[in-house]
Amino acid sequence: MASLLSRFCRKLALPGSAHGSRMTSSTACGSETVKSLNLYSAINQALHIALETDPRSYVFGEDVGFGGVFRCTTGLAERFGKNRVFNTPLCEQGIVGFGIGLAAMGNRAVVEIQFADYIYPAFDQIVNEAAKFRYRSGNQFNCGGLTIRAPYGAVGHGGHYHSQSPEAFFCHVPGIKVVIPRSPREAKGLLLSSIRDPNPVVFFEPKWLYRQAVEEVPEHDYMIPLSQAEIIREGSDITLVGWGAQLTVMEQACLDAEKEGISCELIDLKTLLPWDKETVEASVKKTGRLLISHEAPITGGFGAEISATILERCFLKLEAPVSRVCGLDTPFPLVFEPFYMPTKNKILDAIKSTVNY
Amino acid sequence: MAQHLKSSKSTFLNVLRHSLAFGSPSHASPHLRHNLPHGGPPSIKKVSPNPLTRLCNTMVDTLSSSHEDTNSQVMDFPGGKVSFTPEIRFISESNEERVPCYRVLDDNGQQLPNSQFVPVSKEIAVKMYSDMVTLQMMDNIFYEAQRQGRLSFYATAYGEEAINIASAAALSPDDVIFPQYREPGVLLWRGFTLQEFANQCFGNKSDYGKGRQMPVHYGSNKLNYFTVSATIATQLPNAVGAAYSLKMDGKDACAVTFFGDGGSSEGDFHAAMNFAAVMEAPVLFICRNNGWAISTPTSDQFRSDGVVVKGRAYGIRSIRVDGNDALAMYSAVHEAREMAIREHRPILIEALTYRVGHHSTSDDSTRYRSADEIEWWNKARNPLSRFRTWVESNGWWSDEAESDLRSRIKKEMLEAIRVAEKTEKPNLNHMFSDVYDVPPLNLREQELLVRQAIKSHPQDYPSDVPL
Repeated sequence: MASLLSRFCRKLALPGSAHGSRMTSSTACGSETVKSLNLYSAINQALHIALETDPRSYVFGEDVGFGGVFRCTTGLAERFGKNRVFNTPLCEQGIVGFGIGLAAMGNRAVVEIQFADYIYPAFDQIVNEAAKFRYRSGNQFNCGGLTIRAPYGAVGHGGHYHSQSPEAFFCHVPGIKVVIPRSPREAKGLLLSSIRDPNPVVFFEPKWLYRQAVEEVPEHDYMIPLSQAEIIREGSDITLVGWGAQLTVMEQACLDAEKEGISCELIDLKTLLPWDKETVEASVKKTGRLLISHEAPITGGFGAEISATILERCFLKLEAPVSRVCGLDTPFPLVFEPFYMPTKNKILDAIKSTVNY
Repeated sequence: MAQHLKSSKSTFLNVLRHSLAFGSPSHASPHLRHNLPHGGPPSIKKVSPNPLTRLCNTMVDTLSSSHEDTNSQVMDFPGGKVSFTPEIRFISESNEERVPCYRVLDDNGQQLPNSQFVPVSKEIAVKMYSDMVTLQMMDNIFYEAQRQGRLSFYATAYGEEAINIASAAALSPDDVIFPQYREPGVLLWRGFTLQEFANQCFGNKSDYGKGRQMPVHYGSNKLNYFTVSATIATQLPNAVGAAYSLKMDGKDACAVTFFGDGGSSEGDFHAAMNFAAVMEAPVLFICRNNGWAISTPTSDQFRSDGVVVKGRAYGIRSIRVDGNDALAMYSAVHEAREMAIREHRPILIEALTYRVGHHSTSDDSTRYRSADEIEWWNKARNPLSRFRTWVESNGWWSDEAESDLRSRIKKEMLEAIRVAEKTEKPNLNHMFSDVYDVPPLNLREQELLVRQAIKSHPQDYPSDVPL
């Protein structure tokens, strides 16, 4: 992990905050109390607020009782009691299935899957139960109070089973929302929105950033709207679209490109399903070029969906083919992780070849 | 590798013999006892390269350190104290006798002497019997409608009328049901009308599911009956979560979930049972063990003594019931419900029955089981005739009541089908509503595209769906 991090971000500059660009989350006023927080602490604060503001909310999952393996649930059981914050047996389909039933009775069930790599046993519950609960009942029942949190993505030493980015599987499922934050401030606001959204949400947390990313986070209760992308860096030559931890890498590429006279616009999609096509479309119509980058394997990745949509909508405005800089079509490798990753320089090369097409 | 296994097996067996003898003075040979002055037999004190043997040596050492009082030795493992035994004795894979099946009525509907059961009033008993008849007649008529091509699909509950109706009768309307798809009788008991059943089966605009699911996928918010999904056993963990909510809210109610013998093989069964026990959730797991999962007999499904024995491994109180005995089902569910709510615990009920009908209208079960077998169950263990005998023996039912009921239900059913069939289909906009609480942009765009396609090619689309 250390080596990978040093490669990318010895000093981790978070996109959207380091350059004073506008934060959509900002309910800022002069008296707003902010605190420097890392990402897991911001998640923890959101969970505190969620439990505090709704007595019908519950937080549970494997090892959640003692604070969770990533410390996101620290202090919750002590504060809100073991009836509302608790360990579950080690069984993902049970965790999600239980959460669906709890949510269907009018509660908010915030469940933790310890790693996104282990979410697959719950796939049936998510796809066939959670996603269809409202539709199949004609809106007689819903499990909209369900939020599934899962740490995803590379950490430098995670190998096959602690590194995956499975978001694309879930983006193929009508009825759920898929949300991925890029920073502590975003994580808090988006998680509170996800928990309070009347639809089931799969919320992937970039575990690479849990400790590494530190940002000023307002202490109060605030929400960031779902399905609204944000332009976190304005530019005129090419549009870059990403989400989660990858934005940090993309931001570095944008900075390097700028030194070579290329002006990049960087968009944080935030919500992948249902996604904000309009913001991306408007940007590409302005820049004429699009690059998408994600850690997940390129084939069938969500980048393909964005690419196809933008081709449909912006065909005559495009100056170059849409470029994708993504993970490779191998299982996530351990020793070879530095080769697998969509690194800054891979992105920079793609920016240059797209602009010079 | 195979050879290694063989040699270690023989060493292991030697150790077995020695330690068995060591731990069981009554069965030990004098020769072996003679060889045991302070510790284990010298022959197995040698350090073996085989890890299994080494483990056994260690066990023997530990045991021998106080062999006077071996059985009272306990160790505080995580999870509680566990006593030691000097015997290498595996828990048997089965009980010597199969778990007995609780029943009140014999095959002919006569009350068994000394049978325990919860008293049933005349009113309840008559409604139970009437609803069992109604369920069977509803199945007959919908089944025929499907054969005539008027319904796309149907699945009957033939043979399982007692499980359906008697369990519903023993519950409170506040108990929430997570059904599979062969329990429409619970809805019937709670007041779902034949018209409401027909609306769902025909997928018309009065169907609460808005025409989105195949026939028999009923659901009713008003009647606390969660909408059926065709996936097997996924409803079980959902029921546990709902039960936990009822407990947290201090409600005098439990969650009840139904599934089949096949469903007990799914991972969700395991997940739900384990969660329910750990979370101390008031939930009833009612397994309809009808012998067949489509064409798969229980002998190809599991090697356990059915499903009832699985409860114990999870720490769940369990009972096996004659599912074709309405009085037994009623009593067992009634008692289970009381325990679940009062003691905050799950209960497993295995109801033994027989699927007299085909799996569904897409199945011909005579291809994998004999017509004689089906007929035997239909006659010899018929849940309706058995219960009718008992109700009649109380003087609560007569041939005249029977024929009145049957002619009334037949008339109502035919009318329900007639109305449901001519009621228009749900509007096209219901294809896009309820995916989310409000349709997002992509669905609004797709609705427009579909409407344009209909304008261009109206002949491609059914004309009975209002636009």
